[in-house]
Amino acid sequence: MTALLEIADYRLAFDTFDGTAQVLDGIDLTLEAGGTLGIVGETGCGKSVLARSLMALNPMPPARVVSGQIRFRGSDILGMSDREMRRLRGRAISMVFQDPASYLNPLLAIGTQMEDAIRGQDAAVGERQRPRAAARARAAELLAAVGLPEPARLLDSHPHQLSGGMRQRVLIAMALAGDPVLLVADEPTTALDVTVQAQVLALIARLVAERGLALMLITHDLGVVAAACARVAVMYAGTVVEEAATADLLSRPLHPYARGLIAAVPDLDHPERRPQGIAGSIPSLITPPRGCRFHPRCPVATERCRSEKPLRREILPGRSIACHHATP
Amino acid sequence: MTQPLLRAEGLSKTYEGKRGLFRATRAVQAVAELDLALDHGAALGIVGESGCGKSTLARLLLRLIPLSAGRITFDEQDITALDEAAMRPLRRRMQLIHQNPSAALDPRLTAEDAVAEPLRIQGLATGRALRDRVAALLTEVGLPPAFLHRFPHELSGGQKQRVCIARALALEPDLLVLDEPTSALDVSVQAQILDVLDALRARRGLAYLFISHNLAVVRQVCERVAVMYLGRIVEEGTAAEVLGAPRHPYTRALLGSVPRLAAHGVAPAAPGEPPNPASPPPGCAFQPRCPIAVPACRESMPPLATLMDGHRLRCPRAMEVSP
Repeated sequence: MTALLEIADYRLAFDTFDGTAQVLDGIDLTLEAGGTLGIVGETGCGKSVLARSLMALNPMPPARVVSGQIRFRGSDILGMSDREMRRLRGRAISMVFQDPASYLNPLLAIGTQMEDAIRGQDAAVGERQRPRAAARARAAELLAAVGLPEPARLLDSHPHQLSGGMRQRVLIAMALAGDPVLLVADEPTTALDVTVQAQVLALIARLVAERGLALMLITHDLGVVAAACARVAVMYAGTVVEEAATADLLSRPLHPYARGLIAAVPDLDHPERRPQGIAGSIPSLITPPRGCRFHPRCPVATERCRSEKPLRREILPGRSIACHHATP
Repeated sequence: MTQPLLRAEGLSKTYEGKRGLFRATRAVQAVAELDLALDHGAALGIVGESGCGKSTLARLLLRLIPLSAGRITFDEQDITALDEAAMRPLRRRMQLIHQNPSAALDPRLTAEDAVAEPLRIQGLATGRALRDRVAALLTEVGLPPAFLHRFPHELSGGQKQRVCIARALALEPDLLVLDEPTSALDVSVQAQILDVLDALRARRGLAYLFISHNLAVVRQVCERVAVMYLGRIVEEGTAAEVLGAPRHPYTRALLGSVPRLAAHGVAPAAPGEPPNPASPPPGCAFQPRCPIAVPACRESMPPLATLMDGHRLRCPRAMEVSP
């Protein structure tokens, strides 16, 4: 059986005035149908660029595919035409973003925007656009599916009348309009308050379970990954350094960067465990360190790490690490 | 008994409604009848969700915005009605650190110039002495001399926040008001900044008013914590009590909503969202979302009661329900 999504040796560069930034440096990831994968890492690690690659949303140029494939249901989306990509977007792969306010038109009623999205998708797959009334009924159904009360009244509201949590639910409802099989969520709860974040994470978990959706969730927050994803990939400077079942990684991280990242999170329930920072700062992607990109900050780096790039290898079943020094 | 460094009594801030061109806006009570005290060298955390009034509170306490009612005392001096000229000598002693260090720094000033600016304006040092003092301040916050001549765009977020902290320290304040100082930073950098803040407080005896939505960070930095909801303190006490054994249902909901690394899944701990401050619900502001609310909670705003152990709690129900 082929996986729903297979990313193989994917390299993406950005041509800038200062030189070429190697933003994604050989990404290999697999996501099964119905699976949930968290992509976690700090600013500039490439996690959002990776997410946008699945929807062909990175502007090219300046972005440029250097090598690799992103196979969705077996076919490489990197080679797809705009027209083929439009068929995929929304119908097969959908995306929700961090800041719901900036993805809604402030001048249009929620209903109008949802109808446009639903009818736009009809057109994208070459079907006849359904009438506005039918699109509106579908919109109301979707709003109910994401737990919004009084859908009919909501359709007549404008974005500013909605709270942040409600706006994000509206965008999730729109993402579901084409019955996608893969939902890509880029920091979907980062702009929300913690009580609302818990509600939206619970909603995403319910939708994944009820609809058999596969989820790729991009976040900087390991707690969010723990709440929503069965598997997790940790990224650093454009590479995946460790991939594992979430519970395994969080309880016993093996890659030195994953260890550092987890040790840096302050623990609310164990305040006596002082969070530990990681010395140094993230490298330039225009002149990345030779060998392992983490070696300048790594406590266990040796000569080999400075010269030879570690390839990610499976050192335990279902668990792979890109480190010369990793042991199970 | 020594007096606290900073004390607020009955502090209120109301933004008056306007009859605008297109529509009228209603008055918003951003901070209401708020009492708090911060001792010399102590760290008090202010937590709550967006719109709870925590940043307004910071600006009120520093007299950066006019207050509607109440009294503020700084080092035994009533500063409620002081004019700008009278405030100026006190401003040296109270400094503010913002969330976004990029916005707080002048892009045309190097790290050295940014830290030197307040010293120069106050005429505290010149020439060689000024440069030495700036270098010492930057070293104290963990920026080696190599960074002295860098501009903000040549610094990482963490390094910029260190420059902001050094600049705030330049005038040797007694009080730092920190408004989400690590929220814009990555977690590995956040841990470094928390270490810097801890070391500074221990060495210099600074007092911190630490505003954050991140409960785990507040737990690391502060001995005491006040939880705000819709402009009012709902619970205040030691960090160990408030964040370790919360009594107010809102504090419980907040803590219950934080996703933990050790647990899979998250259960929403409170339905709904904070109400619009322009049309607050009747009675207790939290009652529409509260799991233990009774009809009486809708009738009047419960008082902030001080319990035997000095813990303050705005919820008579919590006192009935829990042992």
